[in-house]
Amino acid sequence: MADVIEVNCETGEVTTRPQTAEEIAAAEAAAAQAAADKAAADAAEKAKADAKAAAIAKLTALGLTADEVAALTA
Amino acid sequence: MATVNPTLIATVVVGSGGASSINFTSIPQTYTDLKLVASIRTTRTGSTQDAVALSINSGSTSEILLQADGSSASSNTQSGYFGYVDTSSNTANNFGNFEIYFPNYTNTATYKSFSVDGVEENNAAQSYVMLTSGLYSSTSAITSITINGSGGNYVQYSTAYLYGIKNS
Repeated sequence: MADVIEVNCETGEVTTRPQTAEEIAAAEAAAAQAAADKAAADAAEKAKADAKAAAIAKLTALGLTADEVAALTA
Repeated sequence: MATVNPTLIATVVVGSGGASSINFTSIPQTYTDLKLVASIRTTRTGSTQDAVALSINSGSTSEILLQADGSSASSNTQSGYFGYVDTSSNTANNFGNFEIYFPNYTNTATYKSFSVDGVEENNAAQSYVMLTSGLYSSTSAITSITINGSGGNYVQYSTAYLYGIKNS
């Protein structure tokens, strides 16, 4: 892991130091949660798209034209 | 003398060794609001997005993120990160950018809210716009702000600028 860049805004001094164990743990926790959130959002998006496709297929099977289906689903 | 708004407080330009995080410490308590402007790309591989974690006074934050890509939008509640930037899996030399606004950061009577707007795009088909509301649940004045790469290090030429804004 690269160093932390630290800027003292009072003095303007810039220093670098290794990450602390606490900082590493916080970054790993944020990464894990971000991955989980992303997976959940992707799954929800796919479920919505799948449901829409299934609904269109059922409407088509009932005899609606493509224009009529589009009018209902737009 | 007239106040210059915003006033640049500090600048970080990441060097060739990269950075795991950028930490602004000893933030002057002489402004009304703070604004952090950054352009970031990380070394993360295997994903075109890397979450940016935010810590205030070494404490955690909570956020609500709204993200859209031009055809759909999603929103979720999260803790500790406010959005995404480009990674090594994106088109070369593309950086994500964002601005974070911290109003009334010296106020010790209320919790500290902040807002974020950002973009993460690939100079190709992928592009995300992000809006985030955030909260640091403490009445302490903000004296330090840290942004962390969660899935990788910040690459060279990533930048972060901290500005102070005065209302008088």
